[in-house]
Amino acid sequence: MSEHIRIKKGLDIPLTGEAQLYVAKRVTTGTMAFRTSDFRGLKAKAEVAEGDRVITGQPLFSDIRRPRVIFCSPACGEVTSVTRKEDGSVEEVRIVSDASKEHVSFEVRKPSAMDRSAIVDLLLKGGLWPCIRQRPFGIIADPERMPNSIFVSAFSSVPLAPDYDFALAGQLDDLQTGIDVLGRLTRGGIHLCLPVRNFAGTDFHKLKGVIQHSVYGPHPAGNVGVQINRISPINKGEVIWTVNLQHVAAIGRFFTNGYYDMRRLVAMTGPAALNPSYVECAPGMCLSDIEDHFDHWQGTLRIISGDVLTGSNVGREGFLRFYDDMITILQEGEGRESFGWIKPLRFNKFSFSHLYPAHLLGPHKFEMDTLVNGSVRAFVMNDIYGKVFPMDIYPVELFKAILAGDREKMEQLGIYEVVEEDVALCEYVCPSKIEIQEIVSKGIDLMMEEE
Amino acid sequence: MKGGGIRRFMDNIRPHFEKGGKYQWLHSTYEAFDTFFSVPGTLTCKGSHIRDCLDLKRLMITVVFALLPCFVAACIHYGFFKVLSLYLVTFIVGLGLEFAFAQIRGKEVSEGFLVTGMIIPLIIPITTPLWMLALAVAFAVIIGKEAFGGTGMNIWNPALLARAFLFFGYPSHMTGNVWVPGAADAVSGATPLMQLDGGLETLRYSVSDLFWGNIPGSVGEGCTFAILLGAFILLVTGAANYRAMFSCVLGALTVGLIANLAAPSPESALAVPAWYHLLMGGFAFGAVFMVTDPVTGAQTNTGKWICGFLVGAIAIMIRLFSPAYPEGMMIAILLMNTFAPLIDHCVVASNINRRLARSKTV
Repeated sequence: MSEHIRIKKGLDIPLTGEAQLYVAKRVTTGTMAFRTSDFRGLKAKAEVAEGDRVITGQPLFSDIRRPRVIFCSPACGEVTSVTRKEDGSVEEVRIVSDASKEHVSFEVRKPSAMDRSAIVDLLLKGGLWPCIRQRPFGIIADPERMPNSIFVSAFSSVPLAPDYDFALAGQLDDLQTGIDVLGRLTRGGIHLCLPVRNFAGTDFHKLKGVIQHSVYGPHPAGNVGVQINRISPINKGEVIWTVNLQHVAAIGRFFTNGYYDMRRLVAMTGPAALNPSYVECAPGMCLSDIEDHFDHWQGTLRIISGDVLTGSNVGREGFLRFYDDMITILQEGEGRESFGWIKPLRFNKFSFSHLYPAHLLGPHKFEMDTLVNGSVRAFVMNDIYGKVFPMDIYPVELFKAILAGDREKMEQLGIYEVVEEDVALCEYVCPSKIEIQEIVSKGIDLMMEEE
Repeated sequence: MKGGGIRRFMDNIRPHFEKGGKYQWLHSTYEAFDTFFSVPGTLTCKGSHIRDCLDLKRLMITVVFALLPCFVAACIHYGFFKVLSLYLVTFIVGLGLEFAFAQIRGKEVSEGFLVTGMIIPLIIPITTPLWMLALAVAFAVIIGKEAFGGTGMNIWNPALLARAFLFFGYPSHMTGNVWVPGAADAVSGATPLMQLDGGLETLRYSVSDLFWGNIPGSVGEGCTFAILLGAFILLVTGAANYRAMFSCVLGALTVGLIANLAAPSPESALAVPAWYHLLMGGFAFGAVFMVTDPVTGAQTNTGKWICGFLVGAIAIMIRLFSPAYPEGMMIAILLMNTFAPLIDHCVVASNINRRLARSKTV
């Protein structure tokens, strides 16, 4: 069953600012915010009101369509605001957290001693259900369904990705418990994809009860979507669940300690980050808490929750999103380079293509900024996307089917197998500067409407 | 900062071209010049926060660079001013129309014509009257490209459409005897392809003539050496996909070799060694610069192999078996441009079927 996957198509973007392996800070108090936009298609009902005191693990809001799915507070504190959208559903709940250690406790047993419905119930009540996402579409899993299998990627290959071996050091027991819990949720087994690069150095291959695969190659090799496409591609009507490794540990901790504990190590990275390193925090942390890591000398900064390809520009007063385990700090592009496109050398700019000679410098890292570096055009260089898209899918054909709004074609061409992060590199390399993730996002919305 | 003065000037006059400004109707033109002088200052807002520094301007200018050796070879052969006059007409008519269309549609001017305009004068005979060239360029831009929605949307290679327009509209100027370089002005000679009928015997040009372009023919297609330089630039930079280029050569050699084997006598046109075909006529130019067109060629990699091969094969077949057309490259490429979507459709359909079959077996 175990497979060795060799990914040839892809690109490791040589960006500077990788996080050093030490924990620079532990954020325990301060303003926190939890936004429903972190979850695709979620409409939520508030479970708290302004001025309420909440403790760790207490529900903040719940899914209107599936009320059993709740979203809990990762810290104690006081609710300072509940913002709503035009239709009355929750947009954001903000709390000011304090350092107290109260939490909602649950009675837990060994996962092997519990049946599936009891485990599902506990995960739902404990607020850990949102950690489990489903493909197709990358939405929160449906508790009523049985997935074909569950995929966990033991590494991340995004630019400046956090090192899970460091971030989860010493948590092997929690991970094992988490795996045991997830193992009760599916009959198809848990697929754990390990990186070949660090196969011997990682502890994760000690995990039991999983089907291990080794993956070799550049980004997006670490993306769970690519791994699924290679190992057991999704067909119409099938469902596969995916869980981030840090969330597997959180599930394990919950089943060991009996309370909601989402604190984790988050990588602070990027060319404009001062002393890039790790911070221990919970999702919802305000990014101004790590302000001393912003390199203000570099001018206007863009603070991104997530990676440079798929993250969200939240600003310095923004908050860490639920699924993110990294923060990227970039310099906003400034100025307009004269005749940039015609300069023969331009060694300071990285290009995936060989139309700029920067690749002749050998392995070299670049400080990149947020300039688009060109004007928007129609699809012209149609062969470049396939070079960074290692799935058995014709990307341009799929994008065009989405633009045409042709659901049948989208289905035939593999819309069920992709989410935005899988096509992020296509967007990065696109010489026509087309917003491809936005196109795929529209396609997924279109398919979800139908269901 | 280089170009600082231009930058300041462009920024100063910008308000006139924006909404409500005096020259709002010239906005696309302003935008074109503005982004010509300096990289646009737009920042990413959705999706990926960083972008590759490659844009279409860079892609197109690289292809233009790759075409420069052919341009230089043409200038050496026919004289700089003769070639320049063709270029002036092409660019004035073509860019004028491109700007006008962009302006009417309120869109930005696309870079596509840089390459088209660079190619058109190279694939017509030097004797083409300038008014005819102007008409052909207008035809290519309006019917060939803008009617379909502009660069990226066209079905046929616009440069080849210009040539096809002349070829079918004014056949007497396009085939037959053309002006011979080196000889006195009014003398004309037969192109190598027209001498093919009698096999190798009647071919008056040596291999070195063919390679260095010492032959009559269209302006830029003669010098195989210059074309190879261009091919080198395209392949090293990756501006063109190697698949179509190689399979086109492969297709031509395959048909050529079959013809060699089937040749009834050494005097027959079939007996001309297969590799001669690579040097003659517009084959090399077409294989390097036009079969590889990312827009009008096949989109899928498998499709590129198939399309390229068929272009090469059909071109040589037309050369050998069609008495009406001594050269087949143009028709072969236009034909395969037409069928490329069908070939792609079949390639993609196999992917779709694979997906369907997979869901049935589970």
